[in-house]
Amino acid sequence: MIMRVLLPILVINILGLFCSVVQASPVETFEFKDEITKVRFQALSKELRCPKCQNQNLADSNSPISSDLRKELYELLQQGKADSEVVDFMVARYGEFVLYRPRVSSVTYILWFGPALLIFIGVIVVIVILRKKTVTQENMVLNSTQQEKLKKLLADHADSNSSSTSSTANKE
Amino acid sequence: MNVVIRFLPLILVIFLGGVLYRGLSLNPQDMPSALVGKTMPEFTLSTLKEAEKTVTKADLLGNIVLLNVWATWCPTCKYEHPYLVELAKNPKVTLYGLNYKDDRLAAQQWLTQYKDPYQFSIFDEYGTLGLDLGVFGAPETFVIDHHGVIRKRFAGAIDTRTWRKEFEPLIKQIMSEQQQGK
Repeated sequence: MIMRVLLPILVINILGLFCSVVQASPVETFEFKDEITKVRFQALSKELRCPKCQNQNLADSNSPISSDLRKELYELLQQGKADSEVVDFMVARYGEFVLYRPRVSSVTYILWFGPALLIFIGVIVVIVILRKKTVTQENMVLNSTQQEKLKKLLADHADSNSSSTSSTANKE
Repeated sequence: MNVVIRFLPLILVIFLGGVLYRGLSLNPQDMPSALVGKTMPEFTLSTLKEAEKTVTKADLLGNIVLLNVWATWCPTCKYEHPYLVELAKNPKVTLYGLNYKDDRLAAQQWLTQYKDPYQFSIFDEYGTLGLDLGVFGAPETFVIDHHGVIRKRFAGAIDTRTWRKEFEPLIKQIMSEQQQGK
């Protein structure tokens, strides 16, 4: 009877132990001055890239530099800095690399406008091909000599066909 | 015209292959620093050996400066250290250390154990100067010219080969600029 009571408690405790182990990833606890700052912090730490890691944002990364930058980001936001000021701060130190959404500049024109340009070229190619097709269909109208040749060919074919069917019929 | 169109896919594939092949040999860790061409940021920090003594940007400048970011927690720094001891004898450059996010005692011990190649080491316990310099690891080495402008950032260990390839041409260039009075 005692076991029946104790066992679930034991199981729950053991499960709880596992849960706490799983949640033990190093995540700082920040106290934000208001909800908006918290949302902005979360958004910016997803937008900013960890400079040491090749492809992780600040929110994801456990590297020491990311933890430092999260702290810095928190400090800047608590000081009341605007998003653009925070981004400028990071870019001034770590370069455009830290931005997951690179700014539009002469270096990134091809990145921003390349896909649109490719679609444009694709559309032009499709239009050109379609136009060519309609032109060849117009050309397919036969002139009178060709028409007569065709009739003759068809007639010959019909003749040979009927004779061959009759010959096979005879064999049977 | 027809021939060109027929071979167009082949040409495109060869071109794309070339681009991708080039991409294989690029080092994704090799990033130009955002600070190249900018002046060295201001700082006021203590030296590693004397906690009461503060140093600023003015204490660094004058010559061609190598600022080496190091820490005792960084294994590559240990590999690099003997070459830095060699480099300290080079009259063309002045070598300073930036002890980055480290323990003061451990770092002092390191310097007594492996020799101290630095004029002095700046003690940057919280990585504040490191942040202003865009440091994201150690070792990193900055070349700062006589005007206090950062000319290069090199991430990774310096040895004879990298010194010859990465640093010597730049230092020659800065010296010739110095002679021209620029």
